[in-house]
Amino acid sequence: MKQPQTSRRSFLALAALTPFAVAATSACGTSGPGASSSGGGASMWYLSGEPNQTTMQKAVDAFNSANSADKISVTYFQNDAYKTKIKTAIGANQAPTIIYGWGGGGLKTYAEANQVDDLTSWFEQNPDLKKKFFPSVFGAATVNGKIYALPNQYVAPIVLFYNKELFQKAGVQPPKTWDDVMSLVKTFNGMGVAPFSLGGQSRWTSMMWLEYLLDRIGGPDVFKAIFEGKPNAWMDPAVIETGTKVQELVSADGFIKGFSSITADSQADQALLFSGKAAMMLHGSWTYGAMKKAGQNFVQDGKLGFVPFPTVAGGKGDPKNGVGNPAQYMSISSKASDKEKESAKKFFKDGILTEAVIDAYIKSGSVPIVNGIEDKLNTSEDKEFLNFVYDMAKNAPNFQQSWDQALSPTAAEALLNNIDQLFLKSITPQQFAENMNGTLGK
Amino acid sequence: MSNAVSTGPRGAVSLKDSKQTEQRKAALAWLTVPALFFFLVFAVIPLAGVLILSFASWDGIGAIGAAGLDNWFSVLADPGLYNALGLTFLIMIVSWLVQTPISLLLGVFTAGSQRYRAVLAVLYFLPLLLSSAAVAIAFKALLDPNFGLATGLGLPFLAQDWLGVPQLAIGLVVFVIAWQFVPFHTLIYQGGVRQIPKSLYEAAQIDGAGTIKQFFHITLPQLKYTIITSSTLMVVGSLTYFDLIFVLTGGGPGNSTRILALDMYLRGFRANLMGPASVIAVILVIIGLALALFLQRLGGKDKQGSQLEGL
Repeated sequence: MKQPQTSRRSFLALAALTPFAVAATSACGTSGPGASSSGGGASMWYLSGEPNQTTMQKAVDAFNSANSADKISVTYFQNDAYKTKIKTAIGANQAPTIIYGWGGGGLKTYAEANQVDDLTSWFEQNPDLKKKFFPSVFGAATVNGKIYALPNQYVAPIVLFYNKELFQKAGVQPPKTWDDVMSLVKTFNGMGVAPFSLGGQSRWTSMMWLEYLLDRIGGPDVFKAIFEGKPNAWMDPAVIETGTKVQELVSADGFIKGFSSITADSQADQALLFSGKAAMMLHGSWTYGAMKKAGQNFVQDGKLGFVPFPTVAGGKGDPKNGVGNPAQYMSISSKASDKEKESAKKFFKDGILTEAVIDAYIKSGSVPIVNGIEDKLNTSEDKEFLNFVYDMAKNAPNFQQSWDQALSPTAAEALLNNIDQLFLKSITPQQFAENMNGTLGK
Repeated sequence: MSNAVSTGPRGAVSLKDSKQTEQRKAALAWLTVPALFFFLVFAVIPLAGVLILSFASWDGIGAIGAAGLDNWFSVLADPGLYNALGLTFLIMIVSWLVQTPISLLLGVFTAGSQRYRAVLAVLYFLPLLLSSAAVAIAFKALLDPNFGLATGLGLPFLAQDWLGVPQLAIGLVVFVIAWQFVPFHTLIYQGGVRQIPKSLYEAAQIDGAGTIKQFFHITLPQLKYTIITSSTLMVVGSLTYFDLIFVLTGGGPGNSTRILALDMYLRGFRANLMGPASVIAVILVIIGLALALFLQRLGGKDKQGSQLEGL
């Protein structure tokens, strides 16, 4: 009698635990169906959210009605959900024909696993297409000297935004140096206004500070060495000084109280800036359009200011250097059929970044990555901001891709985790550098 | 035996009976086949897959390579594992300590027959109808230090950095978990209390026992198995707390709410380290099994018997 009881017990216990096992292996995908797409046409996954979703849908509709033999079907996903979904789909050989992404380390993972096609020769056959884009955008699309993705959409540098109204009230100028930053922190704290807004729970938001500080202190070569996985690259004194500066800013109450529980997804960090609760915000240029929409004429009334990131005394970095996303990227799944690949390439050439799409991006406050758009930018109501972004993208001696995109997913996750702890002051700058040094080559 | 068969009709009938019983048993055994099949496909095979992956190096996309014991050594040497283990047990124990008394008392209370109790029972039950993600998003919005409830109602003491300070964040996670799951356990206790025969209370009343004495001498002992059932679900279930914490804090601030299940997800799907993530999955399975077996054993040998029979 005892034996069957025990087995029944373990059976129940096992049954109770089944969800873990399923969850843990669902990415395995070896037992899933192998078909990669349905219906024969090329498929594409793209991010939901306005205004880009409408812009893309219009572009696809226009392409499909002009090319009935090469129709593209598009499915939309939310940003964070997409990042997990696409990885799982590629691992299970169920990727769409066109794989949307951010280039850099993620693309490298796909390319090294032979999941995406090499487009180098195709670009050579289509020199006009290659010449259409800013030259700098191909860096994040290139892995081991080969181009694996089509750059598209717009350039999105990180910009120091500020609230002009609050600066007027305080009678101060936007910061040009790190010393200015520290003195503005005192000024605004004295006024009862938070100096900087930050959505720290999202972690990549805090990362933007490190990206700029490291560039201004150590110049672009420090991160280049990290990116290339050189031994002890993270132990560079510039990294430790960067961490020290960040913790000084945290200790001086530079960031809004409760910053580590604010997320960027909810756009609460932007709301803090335009509602006058915070004086400044370091954020991607993509927040311009969002603030214009949600900020109740804050942008339209000219209250939003923007400047490049300040310099650090004795630092090596050129103040014209930028960081951010050089562009967005689209690759072709190597598992797609030849017919699907041809349709995708045709769409890359004729369907994406058409005149209508370029106009739509400019209208929404973004700078598309195509050459010769100066006239269009100058006729826009947002010409001041658009030209600022355009000049930065065009004139930057170095435009560093966001670290979490540039590094491998393994190193990027470790980075975000350690940045969070650095901002909480639960690790020292020295420990931060050591922890990150352990991820080199991973 | 043959003697008994030949003695008369009664013996023949009993032989036929036992034969039928055996046939019925055989038929019943076949009925378990579909369940066993699904158990094999959805539990045993994935479990084996996880075990194999824990000895492999795989980034989730490329080829799977053998890693030997590397994953195990690296995970076991990682302080992050012990942080996650400690947090998992902390949340498990504190959740049990918070939820059990509340749901037990609420269950006893709502087991009464007055109409207002039925209404209250429905109200208590409402949080269970919401998905964890919705609960997490709602709490996150309410607790926002700048735009949340505190500002809306003008209550400055509520304006804490709830999710940004490690100690507050873990406390808040326990609170939200309790808010969501107390209704479920209340329901279990309510059912348990309603099964206790009225005659026990009548007898106690005749003997002059008051409400409190009745609770400690009748209700609580009679609920022994209900408590074990509810605790098993709570304890084993706490290993799977994931969605709520993932949405609420994402494991942060720092690593202060990065429990084992979340650690597994972040390693596997964010950091592309399927091997180490599988090691964590295996550890979770082992802990879950051990806890479930331990709690079942607490129930004693007579646990399969009906509670009513034991009168």
